[in-house]
Amino acid sequence: MSAGALLSYTVKPHPVTGVYSGKLGTWLFLASEVMLFGALFSAYVLLRVGAPHEGAAAWPTHEQAGLSWKIGGFNTLVLIISSVTMVMAWASLKTGDLAKGRMFLALTVALALLFIVVKLVFEYMPKLNAGHGPWHNNFFGIYFTLTGLHALHIIGGVIVIGYFLLFGHKLWYKNPEYYTNRIECTGLYWHFVDLVWIFLFPVLYLMN
Amino acid sequence: MGDAHADISKHVRAYIGVFVALAIATVVTVAASTVNFGGHWNMIVALVIALFKASLVAAIFMHLKWEKSVGIWWTLGICAIFFVALMSLPVLTSHDLPAESHQGTWDVLPAAAHGEAGHAKAAGH
Repeated sequence: MSAGALLSYTVKPHPVTGVYSGKLGTWLFLASEVMLFGALFSAYVLLRVGAPHEGAAAWPTHEQAGLSWKIGGFNTLVLIISSVTMVMAWASLKTGDLAKGRMFLALTVALALLFIVVKLVFEYMPKLNAGHGPWHNNFFGIYFTLTGLHALHIIGGVIVIGYFLLFGHKLWYKNPEYYTNRIECTGLYWHFVDLVWIFLFPVLYLMN
Repeated sequence: MGDAHADISKHVRAYIGVFVALAIATVVTVAASTVNFGGHWNMIVALVIALFKASLVAAIFMHLKWEKSVGIWWTLGICAIFFVALMSLPVLTSHDLPAESHQGTWDVLPAAAHGEAGHAKAAGH
């Protein structure tokens, strides 16, 4: 089957996969993302279990690491709310309400930016100012890798959602169902980013 | 179209329900971390709550509850197998070799390689 024939299933389900092609492509991408974050979680467990009890490489307490469950918990709630606004954008488009859909997309972007600002101002900056960058020890190495990669995904989400909010919505006037499907795929990605944080929060901020 | 709207309003009710459940589960996660369950139980409790939250997000927000596509379920099934293998690596490496293996492959090594001294020596390389 040629690529053109596969790409034509933007709205109706493909007869073989049973779903429009963009959605299957998004799930394939998310499967690769599971392996990416899974590998890093696996590395975290190995480093944590193998850490010495004392010395420079010893695993720090939450106080030593400068990790506050209040900030982590706040950002958890921000991401959960952003997942709700994202899915509400799709639901609004499904009922034919573009204005409401775009309002929810704008709210999602605002919440994502709030997450990034809180992370930068209350987490990354104090650590970097104290000289506790990723080079400091194994803990800060894996902490910055895990949370930094997650933050990059948030920024990627802001770019994609921002595009559909400001420019991509023109597709709505030509093919509303296609636009709605694109928002559903973007939502799948966004919920996955939320899902990763659901595991990062207890592992980094609550376990010791 | 009317049916579609009715379906969507059902979805929206589910989204609000999941939001409340996720918020409560986050509070429970924090509260549970202040209790000392002993051993590895704090970690297990935290991960069980996280799995519950993740399942809600995947089932409702990501629409898997209503998903009938064979392609998507195959993708997820294969991904799950590889993910379990990946997460097994740290679990397996955090345990020592099983006793019976010492009478097999490791028997060909010099006696000094057995036991704690041997491990420490091997780790030094």
